[in-house]
Amino acid sequence: MANRTITFEPDDRWNAFITCCSRAPCGDGALAGIPVAVKDNISTRGIPTTCGSRILDGYVPPFDAHVVELLKASGAAIVGKTNMDEFGMGTTTETSAFGPTKNPCDPDRVPGGSSGGSAAAVAAGLVRMALGTDTGGSIRCPAAFCGIVGLKPTYARISRYGLIAYANSLEQIGPMARTVEEVSRLMAVISRYDPRDSTSIRRPYIHQPTTDIAGLRIGMPVEYFGEGVDPRVADTVRKAVGRLEDLGAEVEECSIPSMAYALAAYYVICTSEASSNLARFDGVRYGPAADTRKAWHDAFSEIRWKGFGREVRRRIMLGTFALSAGYYGKYYAKAQAARHNIIRDFERIFSSVDLIAGPTMPTVAFRLGEKTDPLSMYLSDILTVPANLAGVPAISVPCGTVDGLPVGLQLMGRRFEDELVVNAAAAYEERGAA
Amino acid sequence: MNVIIGLEIHCQLSTETKLFCGCSTDYRNDEPNTHVCPVCLGLPGALPRINRKAVEYGLRVAKALEMEVLEESEFARKNYFYPDLPKGFQITQYDRPLAVAGTLEIEDDEGHAKSVRITRIHMEEDPGRLVHMGGGDRARYSLVDYNRSGIPLIEIVTEPDLRSPQEARRFLNKLRTMLEYLGVFDGDREGALRVDANISLEGHERAEVKNISSYKGVEKALTFEITRQRNLVRRGQRIARETRHFQEARGITTSSRSKEEEHDYRYFTEPDLRPLRVRDWLEAIELPELPVARRNRFMAEYGISLNHARTLTGDLRLADFYEQVAAVDPALAATWVADTLLGELNYRSMGIGSVPPDRFAGLLRLIRDDAITDRGAVDVLRIMLDQCSRGEACETPAEIVRRQNLGKVTDDDFSAVVRRVLAAHPQAVEDYLSGKKGALNFLVGQAMKETRGRADPKAITRIMVECIGSEGGF
Ligand SMILES: [Zn+2]
Repeated sequence: MANRTITFEPDDRWNAFITCCSRAPCGDGALAGIPVAVKDNISTRGIPTTCGSRILDGYVPPFDAHVVELLKASGAAIVGKTNMDEFGMGTTTETSAFGPTKNPCDPDRVPGGSSGGSAAAVAAGLVRMALGTDTGGSIRCPAAFCGIVGLKPTYARISRYGLIAYANSLEQIGPMARTVEEVSRLMAVISRYDPRDSTSIRRPYIHQPTTDIAGLRIGMPVEYFGEGVDPRVADTVRKAVGRLEDLGAEVEECSIPSMAYALAAYYVICTSEASSNLARFDGVRYGPAADTRKAWHDAFSEIRWKGFGREVRRRIMLGTFALSAGYYGKYYAKAQAARHNIIRDFERIFSSVDLIAGPTMPTVAFRLGEKTDPLSMYLSDILTVPANLAGVPAISVPCGTVDGLPVGLQLMGRRFEDELVVNAAAAYEERGAA
Repeated sequence: MNVIIGLEIHCQLSTETKLFCGCSTDYRNDEPNTHVCPVCLGLPGALPRINRKAVEYGLRVAKALEMEVLEESEFARKNYFYPDLPKGFQITQYDRPLAVAGTLEIEDDEGHAKSVRITRIHMEEDPGRLVHMGGGDRARYSLVDYNRSGIPLIEIVTEPDLRSPQEARRFLNKLRTMLEYLGVFDGDREGALRVDANISLEGHERAEVKNISSYKGVEKALTFEITRQRNLVRRGQRIARETRHFQEARGITTSSRSKEEEHDYRYFTEPDLRPLRVRDWLEAIELPELPVARRNRFMAEYGISLNHARTLTGDLRLADFYEQVAAVDPALAATWVADTLLGELNYRSMGIGSVPPDRFAGLLRLIRDDAITDRGAVDVLRIMLDQCSRGEACETPAEIVRRQNLGKVTDDDFSAVVRRVLAAHPQAVEDYLSGKKGALNFLVGQAMKETRGRADPKAITRIMVECIGSEGGF
C-alpha cells in the first residue's frame, strides 16, 4: 500500500501522456516505487480516463480497474495516463483527440497504435513499464515501431474489469517495457484472477524467464513473409528466427490458410462489438452533458457527433451495419465462422510446433500523416489480428532495424503458454540479438 | 370469429440482489439512484457478473412449467437507445433462452381443463425508470432513476393458445400463484409483472399490445382490442399488423407508429458473459409444494370442501395463513378465512399479509368456544382490520370483546334484560297473556335491541316465556 510519493515531471516532447500525475503515491511490493504508465482506456480512480476521446472529457472514474488495484498493491507508482488512438481505433495514435504521439526513435514517425503513448513513454525512458491494451495488435504494433517489448497475454488471463471496452471478445490488457524481463515482471503482477470479469480464468502467471530453448519447435507461416510484407522486414525477421535456430530451436515452415479472411473477420467483429459498447456514451451520466433543452434523441445524436472522432464514427457505422437485420448472416455470422477457422488452423499448427514466429508489422513505422486511407491502415494489422481472433499469447521483441527504424519479431504460443512465449523472447533478446 | 391470444409476461424475480451486480433490489421508499454501482449505471469499464440465485429462480419456473431446460443457454445484447437504458443495450437472451416447450393447465370458459403451451422463458435485466417531472405529456423534463436498472426479470412467452380475455386473466392468475408458490416473485412490488399481448381474430393480422401492467388491465386491453378489431372487420376494413399501447387510465389501446418504435435490435452474443451451463444447478433444485398438490392435501388433511380448498390455495399467503390458524378448528377456520375474512379484506383493499395470524386464531377460539356470536365475531374482526389498516397495534380479540362489551350475554344477563323489557311494556305482556302471540315477537325484538344483537334470539324467547310464566303467577 502507498506510503510515500514520487515526483513525476517528465519532458514529454513526444506527447506520450494525456494526464501526468506529478506526485504519484507508491509503496512496498514487487514493483515498489517503480513508475508505471497506464493507457488511458484503463480506469483509474480519481484520475481522468478519456480513451483519447472528447466524449469522456471530464470523466473521473469512481473505481480502479483490476489491474490498477494490482499495480497499487505491488507498490508501483501510477505516474500518468498515456495517449492512444481514440477508443483504441487506430494503428498510429493519430486518431487521439489529444493530438498524435511522436515516435522517440524518429519524431517524424508515428509510434504505432493504439497504445502509442505507452510505447513512446517506455521507449523515451519516461517510465520503466507501461500497460497497454491489445485488440488487434495495439500493444505489439507500437512495441515494434518504438523498439520495445510488448506482450498480448492469452485471452482470459488478465481481468478486463475497468478496461473501457472496444471489442470485448478480442482485447486484453498487457505489459510493455524495454526488456523481456521487465515485461515478465509486470505480467506477474497483473495476471490475477478476478471474479468481476466473467471471462477471466484462474491461471496466474508466476514465472521467471529462462533462455534455454533447445528442442523448441518454431513454425514460420508463409503468409507472414509473403505479399504485403516489406521484404527487408521479412529478411530481418527471418534472420532473427535463424538465430533462435542457432540456439537449438527447430524451425519449420507452416501455413495459416484462414489468414485470407482474418482481417475481414477481425474488422467485422471488432466494429460490431464497438458499435454496441460505445452506445453508452450518451451525455446522460458522464462526459460532456447533452443539451437537455432538445428532444433527447436530438441531444443524444448531437453529443455523439461532437464527441466522437471520424474514425470512431466510421467504425460505429460499420459495426451497426454488420449487425443489422438482413446483413447479420452476411457479415457477423460469417466473421464468426472465419474466426473458428482461424482457431482451428492455430490448433492444427500448434499440434506440431510450440511457437509461431513472424514479423509483428509488415513495415517499419509510418511517417506522421502518411496513412490517410483507412483501408491501407487496416491492412497493416494483418499480422497481429490472428492472435486476437485465436485468443493466443503473442509478444513483440525488437530484432533489428530497417532504415534505422526498429523491426519487431512476433512470437505466438498456445493458449495459456505465455511463459513459453516469454522464454523464447528472452532467449532471443539475451543470446540471439547480434 | 375465433379470438387468438398469446402473452409475453415479464416478471421481476424476487432476488435480494440485481442480475449482474451486488446492488440490493429492495429500493422501495428509498431515494432515486441510491441502489446503484458502476455495473448497473453502465459506467465505462464495468462488467456484468451473473447472479446465480436469479438463474436458479428461473430454473424453478422452468421446472414447474415442465419445460425443457437448455444444456447451454446464452446471453445476448439487445441494442437500442433510450435514456433509461444505461449501456445502450439490454442484456437478455435471444436464440438460446433458458428453457423451451412447457405447459400450464387452466380452465377454459366452460370450466374444462386446458393446456396452454409455453414457448420459452428467458432471463433479462430491467432498464432504469424515467420520471417525467410535471407528469405525462406536459412534462417539462425527465429524470432517470437507475434503482431499477439491473433488476432480474424472466420473460415467459406463451403460444397463441388463449381464446378470450377471461381465459387470459385466468392464465395470469394461475401463473402468478405458481410464481409465488415457487418463492421467486413478489407481486406487491411496483412493476413486478408486465404483459405484452398478441391478439388477432382468426384469419386476420394480429396486433401487439404493449406494456400492460395489471391483471385487470390485461382483460380490459384485450376486450377493447377484440371490439376494435371486430368493428374493423364488420366495416370491411383491414386490421393492420402493428404495435399498440394500452392507456391504462382510459382503458383503450392506441397505435404507436412513431419511428423510434421501429427497432432493429441488432442482437448478438454478449461477449462479457460465458454461456450458462445449468445442468448441475438444475438437478439441485427441488420444487416446493405447488397449488394443485396443496389443494389436494388441504382436502385430505383438514377435511375441507373443494371450493374452500381451491380458494385458500389460490394465493400462497392465504394458504400459509390458513395453515397457521387451522389448528383451532380446520372446518371453522376454512369458513371464516375463505368466506368472511377474504370478503372483509377485499372490501378494504387489504392483503392477507396485514392480518396477524395469532390474533385471528384467537378470534376463532372465541367462536369455537361459543364465547361470542357470529355477529359479534364479525364486529371484532372489523375492529381488528381497521386497526391493522391504520397501522396501529392490534388489540387481541378478547380485549376488543371486553372493551366493546361484545361478549355473548349469559342467561343471567338475559334474565335482567328480559325483566326490564317486560316491566317497560306491560301492555304487550298482557296482550301476550291474553293470547296475542305476535306480542311475544315484539318483546323479543325489544330485548335483542337492548343486547345489541349479542344474544341468541332463541335463548331470549325461551327466557322470556319462562319469565312471563312466573310473573303471570303473581
Ligand atoms: Zn449495481
